[in-house]
Amino acid sequence: MSAMRPTVGLFVTCLVDTMRPAVGFAAVKLLQDAGCEVVVPAAQTCCGQPAMNSGDRSDAKSLARQVIKAFAQVDYVVAPSGSCAGTIKTHYPELFDDEPEMAAAVADLTERTWELTSFLTTVMKVARVDGRYDGVVTYHDSCSGLRELGVRPQPRALLEGIDGLSVKEMEMRDTCCGFGGMFCVKYPEISGKMVDAKADEVLATGADTLLGGDLGCLLNIAGRLSRRGSRVRVRHVAEVLAGDIEETPPIGAPRS
Amino acid sequence: MQSTARVFPDNAHRAMGDVNLQASLARFSQGFPVKRRLAIDRLPEFDSLRDAARDIKNHTLENLDFYLERFEEKVTENGGRVHWCADAESARQTVLSICRESGAHTVTKGKSMIGEEIGINEFLEEHSVAPIETDLGEYIIQLRHEPPSHIIAPAIHLSKEQVADSFREHHAEYPADRPLEEPRAMLDEARTVLRRKFLQAEVGITGANMLVAETGSIVLVTNEGNGDLTQTLPQVQIVIASLEKVVPTLEDASTILRLLARSATGQDLSVYTTFTTGPRRPEDLDGPPAFHVLLLDNGRSRMLGNEFREMLRCIRCGACINHCPIYGAIGGHAYGWVYSGPMGAVLIPNLIGVDEAGHLPNASTLCGRCEEVCPMRIPLPRMLRKLRDQQFEKKLSAKPVRWGLAGWAFVARRPALYQMVMQIGVAALAALGRKRGRFRWLPMASGWTGARDLPAPQGFTFQEMWSARGGRRQ
Repeated sequence: MSAMRPTVGLFVTCLVDTMRPAVGFAAVKLLQDAGCEVVVPAAQTCCGQPAMNSGDRSDAKSLARQVIKAFAQVDYVVAPSGSCAGTIKTHYPELFDDEPEMAAAVADLTERTWELTSFLTTVMKVARVDGRYDGVVTYHDSCSGLRELGVRPQPRALLEGIDGLSVKEMEMRDTCCGFGGMFCVKYPEISGKMVDAKADEVLATGADTLLGGDLGCLLNIAGRLSRRGSRVRVRHVAEVLAGDIEETPPIGAPRS
Repeated sequence: MQSTARVFPDNAHRAMGDVNLQASLARFSQGFPVKRRLAIDRLPEFDSLRDAARDIKNHTLENLDFYLERFEEKVTENGGRVHWCADAESARQTVLSICRESGAHTVTKGKSMIGEEIGINEFLEEHSVAPIETDLGEYIIQLRHEPPSHIIAPAIHLSKEQVADSFREHHAEYPADRPLEEPRAMLDEARTVLRRKFLQAEVGITGANMLVAETGSIVLVTNEGNGDLTQTLPQVQIVIASLEKVVPTLEDASTILRLLARSATGQDLSVYTTFTTGPRRPEDLDGPPAFHVLLLDNGRSRMLGNEFREMLRCIRCGACINHCPIYGAIGGHAYGWVYSGPMGAVLIPNLIGVDEAGHLPNASTLCGRCEEVCPMRIPLPRMLRKLRDQQFEKKLSAKPVRWGLAGWAFVARRPALYQMVMQIGVAALAALGRKRGRFRWLPMASGWTGARDLPAPQGFTFQEMWSARGGRRQ
């Protein structure tokens, strides 16, 4: 590994790949600006979390093996998601706890894997990202990123460099938005009530923009805000940090 | 108690439509969690106490047979008697035979989740012994023939108006037009009614927060003192406790007590913390001449030997429940059996079967707040996942879910195929949703679109654009 210019394998995540590729390109720009060489292994699909959380360990393991193999050659694996990075970092070791022969490969991967904003601040020592965003922003801390990886100060530190942006925090900012992967379609009524409460929290701040680091939660909250007729703009934090706000409309907003 | 865990979604649906319950839950979410935070902020060593308490319980569970036998020896030495009960039925029979031997007609009860677990009240009533709950919350729900909706706040689902209505209905000796608007008035009334019962009862039954092996003591915490009257006034005391309640020493009990009330209600200590050791001694001024402890297994020894052992560290503080967003949305009754919240979602399937209570471990976003606040550091989300593993292995999960998962996994294991399928899928979806940027309705997606719009995808995948732009692959 080159100490000057590490090679980062972008773990795109299935939601960014399919729903909002702009987040992936924003992540690439941020990583390149921070001095990384970015590669995107073709043989990646999903980290396996949906299978793992449904009790399907065998498929979860197959997908985990696929990730381990696809990212074997890079210095770091970075995902624009605390949820997917958390799956790799905290749950792959549990998943393979009955296969000691996998332990080395799993440990090697987990050590190299990072959530995007914490990678930028902790590994690449990015102190400031210059940019401009005119608006009052509130930030949703996704549960996996927050509790499995300790992601809370990192995105906020990076947002401090953005001119025109101020942050107004939610009162109950560590409460789940009700997404929970398959949960939101298995128990739609409970999930609906939870995301409605989260929308209340967002609206109570008076912020005009909601940012977060996980597309699953953002699609959920944006969907509820839009159903309630709210004009709050919802974006992944990487989009604002990378300055991608002209080309890509906010999540759930029509294209101009 | 008959389980309704099987129809959890119906229970939850009803709960979300219950205006009184929803108002109570909204108040509740602002109560205990806030007080807990304040209490912990005053105690810098809280996290190291958690480690110590976890280690105490792990050590005890590792040597459970030793400490239980030691506990029995000490109880016997003190003049009490220990009854080993393998299941709920044997516990019920034991309680009944003690009541019969002592000719009891009225039994006062301190709040006990084990009492709920073995359904002791219904059983005693069927056998002409009248059980009287003496914890105010338990007393209220007993009047209303409802199960508790929270392990430490059993009547938390009720409004004070509902309580006043129940008192007017059941306390016929008072004038119907008496003022009962203030909680204080209700409290005074309940106190007067209960005082008579305390004096009538021949047997008192309590649970135990801990059993101390080195002394044979039981530790009981309450906020109302009702536990102490239940223990000391009748001639016969019965303690019902599950096996995992034992701790080695008084010192260990103290460590756990420092966590218990802070985690539960945000108190430094509960108002009453009572250590009771054996029956009345000749020099004692009061206390029951007969002292019985029922040690209930009812599934615990099975958990001791499987991957759910860590759940046996639980001290029933309710912190996980108080911080659970699912509980906050639906309350406790929806879980369908004695326990609720994250601890219930782990415990219930273990005690009554994962086939009966399969919904519970699934009805969680695995957000991890429960583990974050658990004073005993129980990895609750991990246990919920393990229960999901069991269900999947036993093919208990719904067929459409299993087939859907298998189909998705088949594609996801083949990156080239996956990328082609996704490319076509998102292009189609984007074409449909291009104008509005979101869908209000989509076929087969009502689970999502019932409550929220589905933001439309951008229309291409990251992978295809990366290739199109000639981005590096290795």
